[in-house]
Amino acid sequence: MAPHDMNTDDAPKIVGDPFKMPDLACGAMADSNTFKSAPEHNEPLGFPGELLENWQEVAIAKIGELAEKNRAFQVYLDTCVKCGACTDKCHYFLGTGDPKNMPVARQDLLRSVYRRYYTFAGKYFPWLVGARDLTREVLDEWYTYYHQCSQCRRCSVACPYGIDTAEISMAAREILDSVGVGQKYCNEIIAKLKRTGNNLGLNPKALRATLEDLEEDLEEETGLEVKLPLDVKGADILLITPSADFFAEPQIDGLLGYAKVFHAAGVSWTISSYASEAANFGMFIGSYENMREVSWRIRQAAKDLGVKRIIFGECGHAWRVGYSFLNTLAGPFDFLDQNYPIPQHILEFTMDEIDKGTLKIDKSRNDEFVMTFHDSCNVARGSAMGRKEGGQFDLPRQVLKAVCNHFYDMERDTIRENTFCCGGGGGLLTDDLIDLRVKGAKPRMTALQQVTEDHGVTHMAAICAICKSQFTKVMPKYGYEMDSILSVHQLVSNAVILEGQVDPEDED
Amino acid sequence: MLSTLFAVLFYVATILLIVGTGMKVLKYARTPAPLKIPVSPAPRTRRGVIVRMGREVTLFQSLFKSNRWIWIFAMLFHWGMLLVLLRHLRYFTQPVWWWVELIQPFGIYAGFAMVAGLVGLLVRRIAIQRIRYISSPSDYLMLLLIIGIGLTGLGMKFAMPVDIVAVKVFFLGLMRFEINPLPMHPGLLIHLGLVATLMIIFPISKLMHAPGLFFAPSRTQVDNAREFRHLSAWASQLPPLPEGIPTEEKG
Repeated sequence: MAPHDMNTDDAPKIVGDPFKMPDLACGAMADSNTFKSAPEHNEPLGFPGELLENWQEVAIAKIGELAEKNRAFQVYLDTCVKCGACTDKCHYFLGTGDPKNMPVARQDLLRSVYRRYYTFAGKYFPWLVGARDLTREVLDEWYTYYHQCSQCRRCSVACPYGIDTAEISMAAREILDSVGVGQKYCNEIIAKLKRTGNNLGLNPKALRATLEDLEEDLEEETGLEVKLPLDVKGADILLITPSADFFAEPQIDGLLGYAKVFHAAGVSWTISSYASEAANFGMFIGSYENMREVSWRIRQAAKDLGVKRIIFGECGHAWRVGYSFLNTLAGPFDFLDQNYPIPQHILEFTMDEIDKGTLKIDKSRNDEFVMTFHDSCNVARGSAMGRKEGGQFDLPRQVLKAVCNHFYDMERDTIRENTFCCGGGGGLLTDDLIDLRVKGAKPRMTALQQVTEDHGVTHMAAICAICKSQFTKVMPKYGYEMDSILSVHQLVSNAVILEGQVDPEDED
Repeated sequence: MLSTLFAVLFYVATILLIVGTGMKVLKYARTPAPLKIPVSPAPRTRRGVIVRMGREVTLFQSLFKSNRWIWIFAMLFHWGMLLVLLRHLRYFTQPVWWWVELIQPFGIYAGFAMVAGLVGLLVRRIAIQRIRYISSPSDYLMLLLIIGIGLTGLGMKFAMPVDIVAVKVFFLGLMRFEINPLPMHPGLLIHLGLVATLMIIFPISKLMHAPGLFFAPSRTQVDNAREFRHLSAWASQLPPLPEGIPTEEKG
């Protein structure tokens, strides 16, 4: 980097380097321990309530079973050459310096055991290839470090063989679950969803009341009856959105944005109380069966309501499951309208409406914001949007630029397919991991500080409920207000002027 | 006596290499991929995947983007080794194919490039704390093994020439199941011993990255999950989930 001239204001000021290499701090995060699940969280998911007597035998057998059932797991265990290209790619490593947070080292926690029991070299020459017995210490180490991986896949992009630590981490969590060692945060949520249809445990009555409150807010704002329909049979579109959209800021404002877009487009739509959740934590714990059960609710809700289309709201991993897995897990969706993608992302819908000119937009209503965009990891690396490759990067930016006057991207190596995870994905968005979450957000926050310095960026938009909650919590640690993170559809909501809208500002 | 020993060694090594690698490849090919997991930038067409894999295999595209030093050393080593291997075809063909004749001089430089790349990788492995941390004894030994093959090969070319005609007669003989005398040249015996070792450990080591690369779902899958339903054999056998919404859960 060239030294900058202190006299020119437009020269970039270096506030920090998102890729700054930490010194290795062995054991720095060894005490990071997320709460373990109780039997009542595990059993509804089909896992043993507590650590099995013969856990070692079961875990070793499970490794073999997963290697037979999942090509990725088998190939990734075998093909790593320890070249080291991934070692500096993980945000948790960059934030903590703990070498076991280097992707290859994280994989090796499990690979070393696989080698011991399933490979010739590991069986007869364990010392030569770093193979080790599965002991209680190893099991505990798995629990500690596989809950420091947000399964964001940044390392997979870097790997010459495409080895995806997320696959290893998901497998490790499934092995842990299969011997009765689960994480409270994920397993409790999945159990709750199976009872109530959403991660919050919100029952239909409470959900209806919440939506009615939001309708009142919309009416107050616009003077119009903008609806948030629930369980409307015969609606055209079923909206599947993260339950955080019903209660958390800034997610709610995104939901209001979808409602306005649907209203302006003149389509009939509904939310389902039975499938009132886009999130699918079955993915985080690597459980195909649980992921399938959660997805199945969406199929049943769509059939029951008789909708023609399914649209997903702003949620990162939900969109990965929606885009990449839903057809596999709960398809074929031959009963839906085949003229639209199944499922469709809300941004695809909004972009189409913008292109068609259905939306009346006043960009100046977002002039108080100087925006940047945080690509959410699962959207960026595990899904797509639109008809063109890379649409998952371009569509959010096109929509943002259509509704905001001021937009600047962060450094190229920290966005798009190289985006840094927010630090709270993959089932780590829990208060007992707050230390890890703050440290893991550091690379993203450093890149953000850079565009704040260079272009005066004030706010960051995201399309993931987890990113939004995570940033709300950690941004204050990096000198930003907690409301510096916005929903993309919140900005859409600000800028869209509905037909017949009574604007309180205009009345004055 | 030693000639017979080496003959047996090479027969065994060849069988283990082919059968072992073949079995592993078959295992990879037969293991189902339950989900679509292509990683960005993911092509939407089969053709796009072929282009992507072509660039990965020939240019190490992802490595180029993620680590320039490893990329330089890896390119030197792998491309060097490819040329060296092709150059060695002259010991197994009679008459020698024209294009093998053509690359002979380049093959010699490639030998230096290969060893230089390997030494670079070894120095990185020792000097960089992060990579040292993730290295096992086998990771160093593998590099030393191939460096040993390269150095003994270069040694025979430039320092201690060996009766190359006799070597060719030996290998052409092996291909017709005849055992001809191998020159008793220490450099040659070490060279061949190391090569046979490499062939034997190939299927049971990280060298499987070479065929494994073609089976990584993150890179080889087409990103078209919405258009085409992907379903693995075992997943299609799962018990069906109940249809409909239970009445107690109706909103």
